[in-house]
Amino acid sequence: MAAALLPAAKVSVVQTSAVPETRLTQAANYRRGAWLVVLLGLVALGFVLDIGLGSVRIPLLAVVDILLGNPTDTPAWKFIVQQIRLPKALTALVVGSGLAVSGLQMQTLFRNPLAGPSALGLTAGAGLGVAAVMLASGSVAGSFAIRALGVGGSWALVLAATTGAGLVMSLVLVLSARLRDNVIMLIVGLMVASVTGAIVSLWQYFSAPEQIQEYLMWTFGSLGGVVGSHLMVLSTVVGAGLVLAFASAKPLNVLLLGENYARSMGLVIGRSRTLIILSTSLLAGAITAFCGPIGFVGIAVPHLTRGLLRTADHRVLLPGACLVGAALTLGCDCLAQLPGSQTALPLNVVTSLLGAPVVLWVVLRRQNIRSSFS
Amino acid sequence: MVAPAPLLAAENLAVGYFTSRKTPHAVAENLRLALWPGELVCLLGPNGAGKSTLLRTLAGLQPPVRGQLMLGDAPIQSMSALARARQLSVVLTDRLDAGNLTVQELVSLGRHPHTGWLGGLSAHDEAQVLAALAATNTTRFARRPVGELSDGERQKVLLARALAQDTPLILLDEPTAHLDLPNRVALMRLLHNLARQTGKAILLSTHELDLALQAADRVWLLSATGTLHAGTPEDLVLSGTFAAAFAREGLAFDPATGTFALHAPAGPAVQLLGEGAAAFWTRRALEREGFVPTTSPAPLRVTTPSASGVGFWLCELPGQPAQQHQTIETLLAALRLLPENHPV
Repeated sequence: MAAALLPAAKVSVVQTSAVPETRLTQAANYRRGAWLVVLLGLVALGFVLDIGLGSVRIPLLAVVDILLGNPTDTPAWKFIVQQIRLPKALTALVVGSGLAVSGLQMQTLFRNPLAGPSALGLTAGAGLGVAAVMLASGSVAGSFAIRALGVGGSWALVLAATTGAGLVMSLVLVLSARLRDNVIMLIVGLMVASVTGAIVSLWQYFSAPEQIQEYLMWTFGSLGGVVGSHLMVLSTVVGAGLVLAFASAKPLNVLLLGENYARSMGLVIGRSRTLIILSTSLLAGAITAFCGPIGFVGIAVPHLTRGLLRTADHRVLLPGACLVGAALTLGCDCLAQLPGSQTALPLNVVTSLLGAPVVLWVVLRRQNIRSSFS
Repeated sequence: MVAPAPLLAAENLAVGYFTSRKTPHAVAENLRLALWPGELVCLLGPNGAGKSTLLRTLAGLQPPVRGQLMLGDAPIQSMSALARARQLSVVLTDRLDAGNLTVQELVSLGRHPHTGWLGGLSAHDEAQVLAALAATNTTRFARRPVGELSDGERQKVLLARALAQDTPLILLDEPTAHLDLPNRVALMRLLHNLARQTGKAILLSTHELDLALQAADRVWLLSATGTLHAGTPEDLVLSGTFAAAFAREGLAFDPATGTFALHAPAGPAVQLLGEGAAAFWTRRALEREGFVPTTSPAPLRVTTPSASGVGFWLCELPGQPAQQHQTIETLLAALRLLPENHPV
């Protein structure tokens, strides 16, 4: 009786199951494709809106005209768009996709739904790296005045921030491998954040009020001020991080099943992990160095992306997270402009207001958060 | 079934763990093992004997403490991770956290060692995935998220993933844990058929002694002292090796029934007359009550309906007329009254 089981099953797959299965797969693929197109549209819309909004009112059509390179009759608009708002919108694109992808990689690598660049102390590590560079160059005064630095300085800044982020990430990884507990990672992240916070407080204590103000502005998170050579450096580093991330899509997929299964399927864990850590540190480090610690994008976007695209496949999730992250950051920056008013809110305020509920929703929707990282 | 060469072979293998960088602690030593194509081998042994350690070592997930472990014709330590992944696949006891992964995506991951750097599936890969789903009867929930599966379904899906990896060797660590009896039987039968029909060698560790004795072509018996006996299950039972391996648990293995005695026999002997199912279950009931059923003459005698010729259970005591009982329940009730009336 048992011997008949196998051939019968094999026949049935050809006759009944294979056809609807491919149809179902196709339906899911169409759905994903449609969402990716919608997201692309949202990013484009957010991009134009972000340039259009601001203290000087510029009509959207004029914005599109200027972006397309058509001649315009208001040179002031052209200057504002090209020199201020376009770099800012491009920064939003880069920051959104970079943070989202680094968060996605961390959640998979740590198998933890609450992992993200800020939750695990990566941004704090990057901040410490930035501060260390400033301290070494003897100008504690201009600790976070990135604008004042030239191209050489910005590379040093990125290197320091990336190293800081990478060190924190490696530390968390070593501890989490030894203790095998998700909560430990979050605690380590908290502790790293406190230590860096304490060091920074010490500096503030010995600093003049205007320097403290400068640091506070940095912690609010800002997309402005990244212009010219800085934008080029930021884009290059984030681009490199994204390329590394896309190259690790296959290892990330296998890591979904845990390290033992991944090794049994021929993955060299050490090499893949180094690649992922490097990518994450580049992304989180560079972005934090230039724009300050921007919260919640890294942790919330991966969950939103999984919810929208209904997949755990990183070959789909990585580009998806890029788009969702870019759209969300552009959206947050639009909101930060407070349409109709002359003031702009700090970006961190907006991302936190939008991101914290998302994280809460994730925790509440999945009763067992341990199984919801993918 | 004569095979030219073993798929996996070990000489003088010692498995264990490294407490620090240099000091190995061997759990089991002097192991001499071989796995041949087309056989289902069950790794049995009491808790703590090192079944999981041995399995993890054979899978290349941890290094051996000593000795040589050959996978095909190459030592496993010198193989690349990818080459090893094409030789053997595993089903582990690790928690599966990726709840959003669909069954088909999970099984497709098994193609990892065969796909390119982006992990795209060729037509051949997809055919292998569908075949693996079909072989494990999981095709109908291919689109469901893994997090929604029952334990039995998940175990079959994990097996499908190992099948999709398309390796001559499959190792499973306690695949029947957390499954109910029908699922355990179904899984063992499936594994047995797979070994026979695909020519794969399948090694699984399990606590299901009954099932293992029935399904396994060979048994590896790892005793608590760290020695390993290999052989057909029947030989191991008849030679007493099986009983000896589990002796430390304080349990008596009955070679006549192939089970462990649940009740310690302490009471008087009862001569049990009769055969077949009725005799088997009467024997079980008597054992539960503390009697020692025997076929040799004893003062107390119970005859099953088939043997009594009257359709009832007969209970005979020396110097008393035989009592008739319609059910085992009334028979036991009568026997319970014995010690007061009749110290045997």
